[in-house]
Amino acid sequence: MTRDRVLPAALGLGTFTAFILAAEALIRLGFVNRFIVPLPSQVAGAFARVVAEEHVVARFFMTAGEALVAGLLLTAVGISLGALLYRVALLRAACETWIAAMASAPIVLMYPLFLVIFGRSAWTIIMIGFMAGLPPVILKTIEGFAGTRQVLVNVGRSFNLTRGQQFVKILFPAALPTIFVGLRLGLIFALINIVGVEFLINFGGLGQLINDLAERYDLPGTYVAICFVILVSVVFFEVTGRIERWLRPAE
Amino acid sequence: MIANAAGKLPTVAPQTSESRALRAEGITKHYTTSEGTITAVDSVSLDVAPGEFLAVIGPSGCGKSTLFNIIGGLVDGYEGRVSVAGETVAGPHASIGMVFQEESTFPWRTVVENVAFPLEIARVSRAERLERARHFISLVGLEGFERRYPAELSGGMRQRVAIARTLAFEPKILLMDEPFAALDEQTRLLLGDKVLQIQQQLKQTTLLITHNITEAVQLADRILVMTYRPGRVKRFVKIDLPRPRSSEIVSSEAFGRYVAKIWSDLREEASRGMQDEETCKRQSGGDGA
Repeated sequence: MTRDRVLPAALGLGTFTAFILAAEALIRLGFVNRFIVPLPSQVAGAFARVVAEEHVVARFFMTAGEALVAGLLLTAVGISLGALLYRVALLRAACETWIAAMASAPIVLMYPLFLVIFGRSAWTIIMIGFMAGLPPVILKTIEGFAGTRQVLVNVGRSFNLTRGQQFVKILFPAALPTIFVGLRLGLIFALINIVGVEFLINFGGLGQLINDLAERYDLPGTYVAICFVILVSVVFFEVTGRIERWLRPAE
Repeated sequence: MIANAAGKLPTVAPQTSESRALRAEGITKHYTTSEGTITAVDSVSLDVAPGEFLAVIGPSGCGKSTLFNIIGGLVDGYEGRVSVAGETVAGPHASIGMVFQEESTFPWRTVVENVAFPLEIARVSRAERLERARHFISLVGLEGFERRYPAELSGGMRQRVAIARTLAFEPKILLMDEPFAALDEQTRLLLGDKVLQIQQQLKQTTLLITHNITEAVQLADRILVMTYRPGRVKRFVKIDLPRPRSSEIVSSEAFGRYVAKIWSDLREEASRGMQDEETCKRQSGGDGA
């Protein structure tokens, strides 16, 4: 059991270290331009400075908070819309293609429209993140419900379950793993767009910091800020994973 | 005792109305497909007495599963009438519990939570439903596996969980649609023993759908042999083998005679089915030619 948990973690850490060492070597040997990609050792050295001088913790929590609100909206609205489209076949036939098309639309470019509606505030960032993350949550929710094995539905029917009980006791738990895939994809899309809009409108958390540091041509600092964006993503993946394991312990 | 059954195989006379736990009268079901209307079952009538074990056997495509779904109330739009103790069944009925051919345990619930499921729906208190669920788990021989998830069990164990879950519903009639179809022969025979034990212990009225002759003869009091499409009643055969039975009975002479008799009825139907399938494949160019 311990071996099963330690080995993947050790392999992951080893691969990451090897990648960093290879990048360091390639840059030092001149294969990669150090004015475009800084040395990993320089990035490591810049951590303390950026954390102390750039209010990284506050920015981290601001970006994470925006991603959290967008994620909660995605969960409430995305899953509800997915369930509605699953239930109403006509609505699904009418909308599914549009929703799929929306998934590939560069919603971030619509930021002026959102600025007009929500002003230069965190809500603009949250709503763009939410809109960008919505299609995968809706589509995966539909897929999860539609993919529930008919025999499980029949078991429910044989026990005289009401439609509500059928949904809560069978359809929803059966669809949960697929819904969580959608939520994770939605959160990725949301986070990319949140950081992107912070960068574009120069407002808020880590995206604004990346913008500032890039304009100052502080490449190691920029990469440190990017590392914190990755940390937000890691935190959300870990949290969603724990919630999923709590809801579906058998997985 | 087995020698008593060595003579003629009796055909069963219709039962009186008061002795019927389950009755299906003139069941006919048509399906509309792109190739026209297909009659899955045609004028099928059967009675099951309280505590009786009736097996329905027929070749693939004879409408056995359609009949199972109609009696279980999962299919509508059929002709005829299904009644439980004289009450007409329209939709799933509280007196009928169903065990399905496919793996049907809930993977997100433990064994005890799976078995307690119908009691949870019936709003039985948690303590009581867990206690009752443990009773049925013990009945199917799965003590010690209460906290396991279905993914941690074998196919045979999962099917026993499904049977226990249906029994926990305490149905008057147990419907089973080829519950052992996905299992290997040894597991099938041993699980057959377990089902027989439970059926005898609970005096459970049971209707088993199967295509396995050995299984039907091992378990049933009577066997309804169905024709190939459209599924009609070909014959009822009473199985006069002594009870309690176990899988050891399959090696007896009388058992072999019943199997041979039912196979002679089925062979013609199965051949028709095979020819029909070959014709369809040829017509659709699916014969690899």
